[in-house]
Amino acid sequence: MAQSRTRTAWLLSTPALVVLFCAAAGPLMIVLVYSFLSPGEYSGVVWDPTLEAWFRVLFRRDIFDGTVSLADAHLTIFWRSVKLSLLTTLITFVIGLPTAWFIATRPARSRPLWLFLITIPFWTNLLIRTFAIMQVIRNEGILNTALLKIGLIDSPIQLLNTDTAVLIGMAYVYLPLMVLPLFAAIDRFDFRLIEAAYDLYASRWRVLRRIILPIIRPGIVAGSILVFVPSLGAYVTPRVLGGGRNMMLGNFIELQFGQGRNWPLGAALSMVLLVIVTLALLVYVRASSRDEERG
Amino acid sequence: MTTTAIEARAVTKRFGAGEITALDAVSISIAQGEFFTLLGPSGCGKTTLLRCIAGFETPTDGAILLSGSDITASPPNKRNVNTVFQSYALFPHLTVAQNIGFGLKMRGDDAAKVDKRTEEMLALVKMEQMASRRPEQLSGGQQQRVALARALAPAPEVLLLDEPLSALDLKLRKEMQSELKRLQSETGITFVFVTHDQEEALTMSDRIAVMSHGQLQQVGSPREIYTRPVNRFVADFIGETNFLEAEAKGDSVTLSTGDTLPLPGAGTGPITLAVRPELLRLTEPGEGDLTATVRDSVYFGTDWHCHLLLSDGTEVVARMQSPPTGESGIGKGQPVGLAFAPGALRVLED
Ligand SMILES: Nc1ncnc2c1ncn2[C@@H]1O[C@H](COP(=O)(O)OP(=O)(O)OP(=O)(O)O)[C@@H](O)[C@H]1O
Ligand SMILES: [Mg+2]
Repeated sequence: MAQSRTRTAWLLSTPALVVLFCAAAGPLMIVLVYSFLSPGEYSGVVWDPTLEAWFRVLFRRDIFDGTVSLADAHLTIFWRSVKLSLLTTLITFVIGLPTAWFIATRPARSRPLWLFLITIPFWTNLLIRTFAIMQVIRNEGILNTALLKIGLIDSPIQLLNTDTAVLIGMAYVYLPLMVLPLFAAIDRFDFRLIEAAYDLYASRWRVLRRIILPIIRPGIVAGSILVFVPSLGAYVTPRVLGGGRNMMLGNFIELQFGQGRNWPLGAALSMVLLVIVTLALLVYVRASSRDEERG
Repeated sequence: MTTTAIEARAVTKRFGAGEITALDAVSISIAQGEFFTLLGPSGCGKTTLLRCIAGFETPTDGAILLSGSDITASPPNKRNVNTVFQSYALFPHLTVAQNIGFGLKMRGDDAAKVDKRTEEMLALVKMEQMASRRPEQLSGGQQQRVALARALAPAPEVLLLDEPLSALDLKLRKEMQSELKRLQSETGITFVFVTHDQEEALTMSDRIAVMSHGQLQQVGSPREIYTRPVNRFVADFIGETNFLEAEAKGDSVTLSTGDTLPLPGAGTGPITLAVRPELLRLTEPGEGDLTATVRDSVYFGTDWHCHLLLSDGTEVVARMQSPPTGESGIGKGQPVGLAFAPGALRVLED
């Protein structure tokens, strides 16, 4: 009886396990294995196991004298990716918190409309949205033209092909991912607590710091993860708005599989990206389990 | 000499585009150390007055004074007044002890002082065992105690309580009533208490303010309010009252039934008289001041409520103590006499 129940359970979960293996575990294994092989002549890999790709993630060997030095170009890209992703998370939070607050404090009737407006960009292709941003911020774009017209600036601000452009683009693209979990948390927040704290001598700033932020923290953590993780692997936005020079990890990995013709290095870099994302998720799990302890 | 803790000077509060008047020129002054109750039906403006005192609402007109200084314009965190909310509004992410210490910490007391005071407060509300629990791990009555301790911890000049007991069941409610009285006498803090339960108001208060439609109807001690209600609203709202229409003729009154009774200083002209049911006594037919017939009688355990019809059809209620057998000894349609206890008839102002 118990045995057949176990067998039924296994049978029932087979489709899920198959999907899980084909879609997640399998490809991951392939990438992991590739990272320990040697690059093929034109592309792909040849079955010649080596740690070269992993070595090249961090180090560089001089072609002529074979001296080893740190691959600072790679480190710069790692650092830029993490920095821009953190900044994107911060910017979306700073803009997203008042936005979510605004929506959560509207009458229940109009809230769905506001939420719909926030998600509208999602219905449009990412590439098109990114090109739209480009039209706004390029030297002859709407922003510079307007600023020139009202006389705030004398010559166009060079935004396109800078980190700032990438930041603007990513913050725009990922803002809804921050707003929605924040809204869900604020929606559950008991606004009477604000009066209670204000009554107990807390200033407005302290009401925010001591009462509101700690209580909506699960929403903050969820929103941050939802923005940080895709930012880290972003490909389209840095490519279109950052130009060729301001690469992020996603572009760099693509480069290895394309022009670079170094699939093992691309695979190793992908694994590095995965590790960073896993670390971020661990932080999330720890933060939310601490919430659970509190109940 | 008593000093004034809180004073409201002609406080008016309008909401919306000014079409809702929640408070209409309310003036009261509440003495230091007093247990003062705001009593009135739902929507009469009790909460609004409390929120004006706490600083959550700004009066449209008038002024609020705390110990003689005008605080009308200061925000809640700058007023030495704390509130116990009906929903308790405990901070869910803080422990019981942290909740209690919150006000002290925000006020800038040093850590040692906060800890000491928090412990005193935990002892005061008998919650020492629960110090490290979270609010959701507490029963309703325990949450209530924490809310009280939190508001009392900074030793405010005035404590505002907006129907703090309404979420508790009857037994717990009775317990908390005496608990509140104990806390008030131990701390000596002025309590402004809101309720729409008249029994709660009568048993707990030093003074009661009866409100209706944003206006003060009467302010006085429980006994004053009960025995000498100034108008029909107060007489009707506090306890049960029989109203009798009459014509005053100097030192006597002629009731609508045609009976004339002596009533010194009644004045002249048409008046309304108020009589409490417990001040009416049933007698043998033909004796007493009036004649009546029994319409119905209802058993309440401690007493019987007898619904009687006077000769002109006016309905009155008389209350009579249950005899040991519990039998009232009267039946429907039976003729009876009705006697007024001395001083039972009160002339209402309007
Ligand atoms: N923020 C507001 N906006 C508009 N009208 C309000 C507001 N707050 C209160 N009112 C109105 O003011 C009047 C007094 O309300 P208040 O809450 O003071 O009554 P209350 O005596 O506390 O009643 P209850 O016993 O039901 O709590 C009511 O008519 C109410 O509808
Ligand atoms: Mg109220």
